[in-house]
Amino acid sequence: MKSSRSFAVVLLAAAAVAGAGTSVLADARSDAREQVDFGINVAQRGLWREAIYRWEKAVELDPNYAAAFNDLGIAYEHEGQLEKARKAYEKALALDPNNTNIRQNYDLFKEINDRAAQPKDKQ
Amino acid sequence: MTARPSRKTSSSTFALAVVAAALAAFAAACGETLYEVPVETPIPAKLDVAPFQRVLVAGFVTGGTEDVDANQETVRLLRSQLRTKSELRVIDADPMPLNEVAQEQNKAATAAPVETTGSTEGPTVRTVQDTTAATVLPQKIKDEKDLEPYDRLFANTAYWKRIGEEYQNPLIVTGTVLFVPRTSSGLVTRETEVYDGLGRRRVIPQRVYMERKGFMLRPKFIFIDGRTGATISSLSRREEALYNAQNETPALSTYFELMDRIVPDFLGTLSTQKIKGTRVLLK
Repeated sequence: MKSSRSFAVVLLAAAAVAGAGTSVLADARSDAREQVDFGINVAQRGLWREAIYRWEKAVELDPNYAAAFNDLGIAYEHEGQLEKARKAYEKALALDPNNTNIRQNYDLFKEINDRAAQPKDKQ
Repeated sequence: MTARPSRKTSSSTFALAVVAAALAAFAAACGETLYEVPVETPIPAKLDVAPFQRVLVAGFVTGGTEDVDANQETVRLLRSQLRTKSELRVIDADPMPLNEVAQEQNKAATAAPVETTGSTEGPTVRTVQDTTAATVLPQKIKDEKDLEPYDRLFANTAYWKRIGEEYQNPLIVTGTVLFVPRTSSGLVTRETEVYDGLGRRRVIPQRVYMERKGFMLRPKFIFIDGRTGATISSLSRREEALYNAQNETPALSTYFELMDRIVPDFLGTLSTQKIKGTRVLLK
């Protein structure tokens, strides 16, 4: 009887810890989402540097947020920071490999990036 | 009789509503909201032009058809493009007749081998080689092979340094332009319009035998440092346009059509270019 009670206590404690963990994760995603929303808002008005600041914060808060990395890739691309853009897109794809929107953004970026890296003397 | 179609309509509306609801549910489940935004990706210039404030599009060694003055047209086109799409100040000067310049340099090398011969063995041998090569500089340039011996002109650093001094050390753009007629015959795929019995239009690909003619444009742009006369970079391109042989497309319009394809690469060598596009932001 006693052992079954202590087992129940342990189970309850584990559930509480797991719940707290999930809530921390949910909070991080929620905070990151706020930053992403704000970034989208300012990017649509052409304020790309502010957007970068917001999206960098978002990925700091939630390093598994694929959409935030995708948006960051776009902003870096717009600012001509092509190497950073490549890394951000690749991270987004690694986190969400089946996302066709991220794939499409990355493919368009790669086309431009390859052109920028072309050798000077070509036939 | 009238009830049947209406039931059919209502059932298809219902089906559509179900599909729309399913799509909306799928989108909501995915939790993805999309925002399409325009972007302008800046591509940095391939060549570091920071040491230069001015650019001299000097002239080109040209060959091929005489229907177009390729030297004049290329100089004019590149200058006008650089004026609007580059930060370098474009020097206005008459295009240099480089075919003649090369011929004169060749003649001088042929006429004065003894004067330029040094006392050591090295320079003597080189002068003999130059003299041999000088005799084969073709007067009329018909193809790429004829153009090759003219490359020596661009390696003449003393000459380009002198030109650089004359124009206060600009970046010098020169090179070769070959613009030659082309003909071709064979099967090509064309899209043909067909109408069915109900008058509906369809476009179908059809293989047809065709005689075609047009031009090939092969420019090689050479970028020379006006301070030293040395070549710092070069860019070669080859473009071709062929039309139905019955069409009389003027050589000049084909020249501009082909240059249109090449100019972005030329500008990308000298100045930052912005590539416009759209991307999808995600929430």
